[in-house]
Amino acid sequence: MISKSLEEAKADVKKGIKDAQAHAEAMFGGKGLADPIPTVEDKWKLLPAFLKVKGLVKQHIDSFNYFINVDLEKIIKANERVKSDVDPHFYLKYTGIRVGAPERPDQEAMNRSYTPHECRLRDLTYSANIYVDVEYVRGRQIVRRKGVPIGRMPIMLRSSHCVLTAKNELELARMNECPLDPGGYFVVKGVEKVILVQEQMSKNRIIVDVDRKGFVQAGVTSSTMERKSKTYVGTKHGKIYLKHNSISDDIPIVIALKAMGMQSDKEITQLVCGHDSKYVDKFSPNLEECAQKKIFTQQQALDYIGAKVKSPKRAFGPGIRRPPSEEALDILATVVLAHVEVHDNNFRPKCIYVAVMTRRVVMAMLRGDLVDDRDYVGNKRLELAGQLLSLLFEDLFKKFNTDLKMNIDKVLKKPNRTQEFDVYNTLLFHGDHITSGFVRAISSGNWSLKRFKMERAGITQVLSRLSFIAALGMMTRISSQFEKTRKVSGPRALQPSQWGMLCPSDTPEGEACGLVKNLALMTHITVDDEEEPIVKLAFILGVEDVSLLTGPEVYLPDTFMVFLNGNILGITRHSKQFVSAFRRMRRAGRISEFVSIFISDHHNSVHISCDGGRICRPMIIVENGRPRVKTEHIEQLSAGKLSFDDFLRMGLIEYLDVNEESDSNIALYEREIIPESTHVEIEPFTILGAVAGLIPYPHHNQSPRNTYQCAMGKQAIGAIAYNQLNRIDTLLYLMVYPQQPMVKTKTIEMIGYDKLPAGQNATVAVMSNSGYDIEDALVLNKASLDRGYGRCQVLRKYATLLRQYANGSYDRLADPPVHPDDPTIVQEKFEVIDKDGIASVGERIKPGQVYINKQMPTNTSSDIGVNARDATANAYKNAPMSYKSAMEGYVDKVLMTTTENDQTLIKALIRQTRRPELGDKFSSRHGQKGVCGIIIQQEDMPFSDLGVCPDVIMNPHGFPSRMTVGKMIELLAGKAGVLKGELQYGTAFGGSKVEDMSRILIENGFSYSGKDYVTSGVTGEPLSAYIYFGPVYYQKLKHMVMDKMHSRSRGPRAVLTRQPTEGRSRDGGLRLGEMERDCLIGYGASMLLLERLMISSDIFEIHVCEKCGLLGYAGWCQHCKSSKGMAKMQIPYACKLLFQELQSMNVIPRLQLQNVF
Amino acid sequence: MVSEKKNFAHNDIETLRSRVIVERDRVTSTASTDFPHTYPGQDLAFNLERFKEMFKIKINRLSKTEMEFDMSGIDASIANAFRRILIAEVPTMAISNVFVMNNTSIVVDEVLAHRLGLVPILADPTKFDFKTKDDTPMDTNTIVFKLAVRCTRNPNAPTTETDPLKKYNHSSVYSGDMIWDPKGDQAERFKECPIKPVFDDIVIAKLRPGQEIDVEMHCEKGLGQDHAKWSPVATATYRLLPEILINGEITGESAVKFQQCFPEGVVDVVVENGVKKAVVVNPRKDTVSREVLRHAEFENKVKLTRVRDHFIFTIESVGSIEPQDLFVQAVQVLVDKCAQVKRALQAALHSE
Repeated sequence: MISKSLEEAKADVKKGIKDAQAHAEAMFGGKGLADPIPTVEDKWKLLPAFLKVKGLVKQHIDSFNYFINVDLEKIIKANERVKSDVDPHFYLKYTGIRVGAPERPDQEAMNRSYTPHECRLRDLTYSANIYVDVEYVRGRQIVRRKGVPIGRMPIMLRSSHCVLTAKNELELARMNECPLDPGGYFVVKGVEKVILVQEQMSKNRIIVDVDRKGFVQAGVTSSTMERKSKTYVGTKHGKIYLKHNSISDDIPIVIALKAMGMQSDKEITQLVCGHDSKYVDKFSPNLEECAQKKIFTQQQALDYIGAKVKSPKRAFGPGIRRPPSEEALDILATVVLAHVEVHDNNFRPKCIYVAVMTRRVVMAMLRGDLVDDRDYVGNKRLELAGQLLSLLFEDLFKKFNTDLKMNIDKVLKKPNRTQEFDVYNTLLFHGDHITSGFVRAISSGNWSLKRFKMERAGITQVLSRLSFIAALGMMTRISSQFEKTRKVSGPRALQPSQWGMLCPSDTPEGEACGLVKNLALMTHITVDDEEEPIVKLAFILGVEDVSLLTGPEVYLPDTFMVFLNGNILGITRHSKQFVSAFRRMRRAGRISEFVSIFISDHHNSVHISCDGGRICRPMIIVENGRPRVKTEHIEQLSAGKLSFDDFLRMGLIEYLDVNEESDSNIALYEREIIPESTHVEIEPFTILGAVAGLIPYPHHNQSPRNTYQCAMGKQAIGAIAYNQLNRIDTLLYLMVYPQQPMVKTKTIEMIGYDKLPAGQNATVAVMSNSGYDIEDALVLNKASLDRGYGRCQVLRKYATLLRQYANGSYDRLADPPVHPDDPTIVQEKFEVIDKDGIASVGERIKPGQVYINKQMPTNTSSDIGVNARDATANAYKNAPMSYKSAMEGYVDKVLMTTTENDQTLIKALIRQTRRPELGDKFSSRHGQKGVCGIIIQQEDMPFSDLGVCPDVIMNPHGFPSRMTVGKMIELLAGKAGVLKGELQYGTAFGGSKVEDMSRILIENGFSYSGKDYVTSGVTGEPLSAYIYFGPVYYQKLKHMVMDKMHSRSRGPRAVLTRQPTEGRSRDGGLRLGEMERDCLIGYGASMLLLERLMISSDIFEIHVCEKCGLLGYAGWCQHCKSSKGMAKMQIPYACKLLFQELQSMNVIPRLQLQNVF
Repeated sequence: MVSEKKNFAHNDIETLRSRVIVERDRVTSTASTDFPHTYPGQDLAFNLERFKEMFKIKINRLSKTEMEFDMSGIDASIANAFRRILIAEVPTMAISNVFVMNNTSIVVDEVLAHRLGLVPILADPTKFDFKTKDDTPMDTNTIVFKLAVRCTRNPNAPTTETDPLKKYNHSSVYSGDMIWDPKGDQAERFKECPIKPVFDDIVIAKLRPGQEIDVEMHCEKGLGQDHAKWSPVATATYRLLPEILINGEITGESAVKFQQCFPEGVVDVVVENGVKKAVVVNPRKDTVSREVLRHAEFENKVKLTRVRDHFIFTIESVGSIEPQDLFVQAVQVLVDKCAQVKRALQAALHSE
């Protein structure tokens, strides 16, 4: 079947080439060779086309789709049978699996379909049933059943099973969903959870590196469905050893090879060293060592290894103990290098693999530069939601099956059953192990897999909805497994190979710097692909099986070893032809476009990869010095006649992963194409990610400034989503009048930031004013604030459950208590409460007022069934929820609903509208943050000849050290845009040119430099300097003074120590810490110390017995039974507590009192 | 000493006294020096007679909302005082209290109130008193507006209609929907010009069927310095009269280039004896872009200055008070302030 299609493919390729030639001749018939090559304008249009097909979070969705559509079946297949220990005839076989549409778990519901938004509001989990098809034995029959639910699977938003997929804007609006929301996350218990992309070293690949002592070692992380393990071939004192966790000692490599059946020293030498005598010299000590140990046969080698095998913990059953040599053989076959499979005890492939590893070590010993770079992006794999869930599911499913087996055994053990045993019922009511397993893992972020003994925390995070960009940025985030505490710079440094794949700007500052990365705009992450067709194709294209060859043949100079996903496939003697033929097949669409192939000249090898998690991106193919994408293609694309996938299918563009990219010659621009070029970039600005793409003119900024902006763009207040007013989130920041930036970028348009902006175009004067603008402080215009500049809303959720208790009692809501005489008078505290006990929507609520007047039963434990009439049984105590904030708010929304387990859930959303005040934080898009230092009247503001006065005055001292030239150009372009009445572009490596902007300024009667003649608003006389004056996009950040300011003169104290509480939320004190204390000691201010540390803190009066030195009480010493010689003194309560705690541990502290004066 | 050739860039005393000098990358002679003992031999003491003689006002442009006039012979401090008073201290009426009966629109109460507050109200503020915090709202200090709008489907619209303005009734709430509710004798007092928003087409909110806004608004008299909504002007501003001085002649192609350095109508190119020559015709139109100073060929040939005491004053009213009245009121505010200071000074003198 495959070979037939391959022949067709070959024919197709040939035909395709002919067609293309004919096409080219027809197209360029009238033109001579000397004609200038027309450049393809607007090839950036491929980018929106890409995003339309792929979307920004396609990697998550693709991965999840692969999991539920393909991977689930594989898992089922691998674990298909459940047998019974009791009844050997019984079996249960899974024949199929599918995931249904998202449905309410409630069986009685009229309309079982539900939307993600309902889940968010009602604290539900957006999930669908997992149905399996089973075949099992009932009595003597074999029964087949289809669609048996075994649990619920959380559904990723916008995945193939989500209700939102392929819906238009109107339909999405009906479902309360935002069309710009990227999806790719889960809703679990009403919380939006993202499974972050995890970065790992690639599996099943040989990585050669040098350890701290300078020893070379080649390591492989083998990963199969069953197990994961690491195998090393490393040097020690010039000799080579095999290391593995399951073997307690390092095994000399020759012994290992002999144990695997390669008994001839000559064969070993040839397979490791080939012809090279230098290698032989380096390797021969190993042979000698083996000979010294007198190990010559496989059995001897196995005995040697068997003695060192760590005794397996798993029970083989009591009494059954295999000889060590057998154990060794078993371990070598299944555990060491598990990914190189051993069929029928044929160790040949594994021997060759070990030999290749050894050869790599020998090579690296001789040439230090042959060591691999661990930080090279091509050696990394990204693990996505689908892969993680698949690991989790297999674990849960295995547990499910063992539990099921136990239940079956339990029933089958009973000798005489009344009813014929039907496993269907057991299966159906088997509990929610899978459901709760998924929910627990996703909501806690702890991935604990028993199979691999894997325990990972922090896999999921709550999707930040602070701003649209924050949510988007989270979806493209990659977290590294690397420890944050270690002080090595390698993994944190910018890697040249991350060009175009990972954003160079978007990384956090501080401890996670460089470890948390973000995907670039056009990055795609592959999913696993079938190996078999590729193996077949490779052999058809002339690969020879390596098992049939000897060492000298394998290492001939023009012979290249072919690897598929790290496994040795064979060799080829015509590597170039092989690779180009392979690529042609890929471009013709005969194999997946994500299969990569490249030649490694260092190791004389060809590597083919089709495994998941590789990072790749599309590029335009260049042929004969001309890009295949022509202007007419782009025209057709713009007209909607072609899509991005058509470009792929037509072989105009292709995906390259990092390794293949390094093997290609990629021109940045069309004009830079040279004869050797193989590809041309689609657009250079795609090296940046979505978040860094917001920055106008980033190529003019100092690079850390762009990084700072990436962090701050996520804190900017703006519009969050089209459904922002329907959401009830814990904390929501919204801007009242957001504006799209005057100076946009192409990225902004593509990700929809112009539709959900977070900021306003402020007219900025770059000048010093008033002295309240030092240290980056901003001067704001009061009239601008009056007119709505920087105004924002803060909505906070307050939720409560009306619980039902075990004894049948339940919480209740109560109407506001009224005055006993006049029922119209309500206490101020309860003013906003409606008759139903919940605050009315629209009410203004002051601090301290009640918004949910809840009452709880006093008795929730004992049974009240008998004496229900009893007054105490029905007594309730007040448990009102009162509004605590510094500022009054308005009740925005109240939601009353039920959760999955039928408890009443009440959510109240309270809104504050805030205008900017002194100390609020603002930032431009260039990492230039500042707080508001002063708000001045409009009439005091400087004004230009046109009467324009600034909204914001920024201190020019912010520029020289920060070198944010991009901000200056943004101002210039913004000003030109305002004057011309159009938006300008500040796209990276492009955008509106300064020269053009200056021309527009001159045409409109302004100075080319953007600097204006300005008059002081205070004196009325002109300023003696020209002022750089124009619009700059400013973001208001979430850090507002109102949420931070705090002071305390007296207030609550901790119960245990009687010291003031800590923290703003508890109205705590400001601590005079150790270092401050040291200062006071050094200064000698002893009374101040006493006052701060005791009198104002936890002063306590004690009575001390002068005789026994113990604490007494009220002038009486309990120890001496006397009131004689009791003294009163003051000590810190913490000190008294210490004494008592010591006493409780049988240590008696005694106070010896003396007169000081 | 070598005899100095008079440099064009050199400034004589008269220029320094009366002109602001616009240089390539700075402005010099910005401060006023019109006071005694600045220049030898010149008195410059304030002289009412001379002020009367020198002070001129000429109105260039006047419309309902905008006025431009020249004011010359006055110090910047006084002109600026007028500007500042116009922005901040001429009282107007504006909505300051909004009572929300019902608001089911997506514009929340605070934002709705804020938007309503910024709607300019056509009412003569001189006929109202300031309302302090303790005052009760009276017909003498408060204007009441009502806004009750409910959006419904338009039964006559075709089903295919997508324009919300046609598909629904009241899909947008405009300032024109605000209805004045006269209290006391207000109906009588303002018979001549009934109180209403200045513009009827300011969008306040957008509604969809079933949504409703029902609010009552109280307008009070206030000052722009308290909130921008009470500012009677969009802006009030001035610029100094530009002056372009040419040293010698600029002829030929550079005359055309010279002309292009200025906005249209500032410089004319005339042909004299077959030679093109640049002539400054209307320096007032110059926007002082300093473009001409960028070019090396005009160095020392042109000098840009601005007349220090000649203000081209622009008042953009928001429409509640006509600009010519605004200026008079601003002057009155200044006069009142001066009188107050005078009284205070006198009281201080007498108390000693």
